[in-house]
Amino acid sequence: MSMRKLLVLAAACGIATAAAQEGPGLGVPATAEQIAGWDVSIGPDGAGLPAGSGTAAAGKVVYEAKCVACHGVDGAGRPNDQLAGGQGTLRDAAPVRTIGSYWPYATTVFDYVRRAMPYVTPHSLTPDETYALTAYLLALNNVIGQNDVMDATTLPKVVMPNRGNFDSAYREPRRR
Amino acid sequence: MTKRSDETLEQVAGNGLLHRRLFLAGGAAAIASAPFLSVQAAPPDVPAWMKAPGVGLRAYGERSAHEAQVLRAVGATPGTTGTGASRTPLESLEGIITPSSLHFERHHSGVPEIDPAQHQVLIHGLVERPLIFTMDALARYPMVSHIQFLECSGNSAGNNTAEPPQQTAGGIHGLASCSDWAGIPLSVLLQEAGVKPEGKWLLAEGADAAGMSRSVPIAKAFDDAILALYQNGERLRPEQGYPVRLFLPGYEGNMNVKWLRRIKVTAEPTMTKDETSKYSDLQPNGRSLLFTFPMEAKSVITSPSGQQKMRGPGLYQITGVAWSGFGRIRRVDVSADGGKTWAQAALDGPVLPKAFTRFRLPWRWDGSPSVLQSRAVDETGAVQPSRPALMAARGAAFRYHYNAIQSWNVAAAGEVTNVYA
Repeated sequence: MSMRKLLVLAAACGIATAAAQEGPGLGVPATAEQIAGWDVSIGPDGAGLPAGSGTAAAGKVVYEAKCVACHGVDGAGRPNDQLAGGQGTLRDAAPVRTIGSYWPYATTVFDYVRRAMPYVTPHSLTPDETYALTAYLLALNNVIGQNDVMDATTLPKVVMPNRGNFDSAYREPRRR
Repeated sequence: MTKRSDETLEQVAGNGLLHRRLFLAGGAAAIASAPFLSVQAAPPDVPAWMKAPGVGLRAYGERSAHEAQVLRAVGATPGTTGTGASRTPLESLEGIITPSSLHFERHHSGVPEIDPAQHQVLIHGLVERPLIFTMDALARYPMVSHIQFLECSGNSAGNNTAEPPQQTAGGIHGLASCSDWAGIPLSVLLQEAGVKPEGKWLLAEGADAAGMSRSVPIAKAFDDAILALYQNGERLRPEQGYPVRLFLPGYEGNMNVKWLRRIKVTAEPTMTKDETSKYSDLQPNGRSLLFTFPMEAKSVITSPSGQQKMRGPGLYQITGVAWSGFGRIRRVDVSADGGKTWAQAALDGPVLPKAFTRFRLPWRWDGSPSVLQSRAVDETGAVQPSRPALMAARGAAFRYHYNAIQSWNVAAAGEVTNVYA
């Protein structure tokens, strides 16, 4: 096949010709231990959730010590995001988007709290505290019960109230 | 002096819009007749700065002290200093390149101070060979450079309020900037790691205190994504992701993860906070769209624009920028009568894909109240919508991807204000 045909084929497949470039191969193999230290992201399937557990009662203690200043009593918001309430407002002129009214996945709460919260001291919470905070926020929104235990097994099974109301706008090109 | 052709003198649309070639053909005479130049403002024959040697050479340049008022408009989230946004003063800039110092910022937990000697990028997940790259190693890789815009998904959202915000062009639309970005095609690094067939997405994660993270389709990664190391010829500014950021031409700004430290190839999107609870588009029917990635065709007149004042009737050049995340700008039309009639603007070339495109059109203002608008059309044929059309389609509550036509009202006294039309 001629180079021109190859390029046409590449374009038709949505593959930029830059992809034909080669690098000097300077990446160093990453060990499983190194990857474990970096890989904090948690998808909807919950893969990679750490050991540990927590309940709403324990989470309330953490929340009132470390979160309430920005997110208000019982997640009511101000000065920063409201975390609870707002159910049934999404068709209103001023919808209230909270964890309970809007967020499609419970795993996102754990992922985000672990990587980014508390705002001034991220990466300071233990896995138990993070599970407990997640449980507290879900219970505040009546998504789980007050005594439900959140851990690596239970959290991915939580079905968020607004889960069925999301559609993906992305369409994969014909390719590869 | 070249005689202006009949064509260039001709009014081509309502309320004084003249042919786009006026400034090109008979421009000198026309511009000289404009009321900008004032004899009183001219310096003496031998100004003070000609009577002594100037200041010395400097290792790193700075702009004139007389331009110090050209600044980003900074708005931080309550209770923070580093979360929020600063906006490019579009109305003070010309051409298509945004100076790096004036490129908009949007941070979710401030700007980290990163030592490049300690910064590494990990590629792992559904790959044959998980790899770590040092910054020294990345500097050895083949690079490409392109002039491309970056626009925050929430840009212009101020116009989605009941009353038009009385701000400058940059204050409303300045979460958009355009730079010469240089870096390594992501495809090169992904090929080295060897993406497995089931790898359809990747998670990009930053090294800021928010660990900002977004899911990106693998097709985009293999298309035109780069790991950007340079902006406008020099290494990235800290607020633009130093030492390395993901750059996804045409895609909403938030996905162009700054301070990039990790790429995880996945089968499905990770559904991070910033692609579910934020940067998703709630529609009037209560359903929400995820993954609305490309920024749509858009334009804004930067002169005359909000908070500026006309200097009396006469000849003006209407100018602004247009862009589309889907490719090149095909044409920009300008109206001086609130959209009743339109004239095609001149485009400064070369017109580049997914880049700012500068447009211009001469206008003879007769001093009467006028509403100026610009309307971009991109190479896919997408036409920038009117505000009523966009609001009808998207509802009152939407936050992201606002790309409606901007209307500037020019009052008889010369004040330029933001209006909905």
